[in-house]
Amino acid sequence: MSKYYLNYLDELESEAIFVLREVWAQFDNPVILFSGGKDSILVTHLAKKAFYPAKIPFPLMHVDTGHNFPETIEFRDNIINELGAQLIVGSVQESIDEGRVAEEKGKNATRNALQITTLLDAIEANKIDCAIGGGRRDEEKARAKERFFSHRDDFGQWDPKNQRPELWNIFNGKHFEGEHFRAFPISNWTEMDVWNYIKRENIAIPSLYFAHEREVVWRQDSWIPNSEFLVLEDHEEVVTKKIRFRTLGDITITGGVESDADSLEKIAAEVAGMRNTERGNRSDDKRSESAMEDRKRQGYF
Amino acid sequence: MLDNNQLLRFTTAGSVDDGKSTLIGRLLYDSKSIFEDQLEAIENTSKKKGHDGVDLALFTDGLRDEREQGITIDVAYRYFTTPKRKFIIADTPGHIQYTRNMVTGASTANVATILIDARHGVIEQTKRHAFIASLLQIPHIIVCVNKMDLVDFSEDVFNNIVSEFEEVSSKMLVKDVRFIPMSALLGDNVVNKSENMPWYQGAPMLHTLETMHISSDINKVDARFPVQTVIRPQREGFIDYRGYAGRMASGILRKGDEVTVMPSGFTSKIQSITLHDKELDEAYAPMSVSITLEDDIDISRGDMIVRSNNKPEASQDIEVMLCWLNNSPARPRAKYTIKHTSNDQKAMIKEVVYKYDINTLERNSEDSDLAMNDIAKVKIRTTKPLMVDSYRDNRTTGSIILVDDATNETVAAGMIV
Repeated sequence: MSKYYLNYLDELESEAIFVLREVWAQFDNPVILFSGGKDSILVTHLAKKAFYPAKIPFPLMHVDTGHNFPETIEFRDNIINELGAQLIVGSVQESIDEGRVAEEKGKNATRNALQITTLLDAIEANKIDCAIGGGRRDEEKARAKERFFSHRDDFGQWDPKNQRPELWNIFNGKHFEGEHFRAFPISNWTEMDVWNYIKRENIAIPSLYFAHEREVVWRQDSWIPNSEFLVLEDHEEVVTKKIRFRTLGDITITGGVESDADSLEKIAAEVAGMRNTERGNRSDDKRSESAMEDRKRQGYF
Repeated sequence: MLDNNQLLRFTTAGSVDDGKSTLIGRLLYDSKSIFEDQLEAIENTSKKKGHDGVDLALFTDGLRDEREQGITIDVAYRYFTTPKRKFIIADTPGHIQYTRNMVTGASTANVATILIDARHGVIEQTKRHAFIASLLQIPHIIVCVNKMDLVDFSEDVFNNIVSEFEEVSSKMLVKDVRFIPMSALLGDNVVNKSENMPWYQGAPMLHTLETMHISSDINKVDARFPVQTVIRPQREGFIDYRGYAGRMASGILRKGDEVTVMPSGFTSKIQSITLHDKELDEAYAPMSVSITLEDDIDISRGDMIVRSNNKPEASQDIEVMLCWLNNSPARPRAKYTIKHTSNDQKAMIKEVVYKYDINTLERNSEDSDLAMNDIAKVKIRTTKPLMVDSYRDNRTTGSIILVDDATNETVAAGMIV
């Protein structure tokens, strides 16, 4: 070997592995927040690499809104089997049934914000002191301010104006009883980096990311999938389109884009030519200019 | 992107008045790193505010408070990619009350960009930014002489600023400084070469960032491997496996190398270096790998594997350039947790040797109070030895932070002298 520098993907990988090992060393009971989306799949893949040949040492925690794509749940169960990892599920339906939260009303009602309570309850019930997430700083302006190790008070809240400074690669995960941390190993990755890496490592992802025929409705500038939860307006019409999803959230709020990209190569090429941000198809972010910041302050992912 | 494309991290320090946000906006816009929905949002806001055309500065908007006040408070990270490199911008505020945020942004940067308003030349703020870049040992500095359009693109004005800056920086430890005359507002010499300044023979900013040689910035001489955790799989096929997981801080380690484990001093040879299921012949910074040794030695987190013929200093008394980051000032002789690589110890600030006046950059040995944004040379005593190098030689094994045990907050960052 003649060169002694890493290319950008190797450097991002090395940084993420470093962060995951710091989490393992500094916390007693860390978990990976697993949504079944590409970012949490990537984090899980990196954790597998970081601790090999030992098994992945983190349980995967899924906050289940009940409004899932069936493909996501199937994928989740497969990965749990393959890794031999523990699965922790926090159920939004249970939170509703127990009266901890109330369902939103109206046509654009979602369970997106309800997840916060379920997530924080699950963190408390399982005595989790660090929840590892797939959040990236390029996604959204509030996320651009996140630390690798991000403190949450005993109400699970984020205080963006009073964050601990993070210098070099020295992470401070010290906390008091009842507080917890969020850790973001892929902070410095962009959407393009994620796809290039998934392609390079040939990481399995849910079929929803690849172009497929699906029944959809045109709403808020994107194709919303038809499902049992969708309430149609009079003027709306269900059509079949060849689409794929750039991000995966609840089936009620995740919009698809028309696409023919049915392989990782084609997806990477398509993403490289995209002229809109990936969260542009997420109606949860369209509610206001600071929608993400407001949810994050309360304890959102 | 090509396989050998590197990652370059640079920091921008400056205030809105210097045109910092406009410069970043220009870089992103002209390198086509901005999406249409972002552009639309900015166009709408520009119209609402009554600006002519698109106000590029709006691209760097952050949290709600920052938008309302129109300033950068915290470090914001931004990303863009060209066919040659991936870039991470640590965008930091420029005012004196945010010195700590500038230090934070500078800690991981390969390149510091310092903005100068061509009408005003080198001012106090410029000196402070250069000082922070030298203190944090950022290997390269690009001085952007901005707003050249407001001084008739004058070569004389530019040359005067270059000499003024060189006079200031000659007293500091800076290695590689380049000067670029530009107008971020009009786009001259940011991404595209300026037609208004034919006298400038150098490259525009983006080309400079794309081609700058950075692979020699990492210390390749002193092999340092701080152990983060020990991997013991205890499953079939790997019953006796004991791997030391960590990230190379500097230097190169190869299979078969004679190594010493610090602080115990035990010696052994490297049996294997692996990344996941891939065996490697060597590891170099900043690679994350697992290392196994030929002998069974007691090693745990906080230990450091080094080459036997090149060891760091093991010391309980260190001298540090300390930047105080916290609202509450340092308490005299108080105990803190010191974090150094993967090692945590207790420590006490024994003495403040001198403090810098951040405006004049003069040393003051009378004043020994440490409050937020203060930078001072201090003596620290730790309960157990740390394996340290000087920060000048090694940004990883030469840096520390202090954590207040009463609040768990990170209160100070230090560079070992």
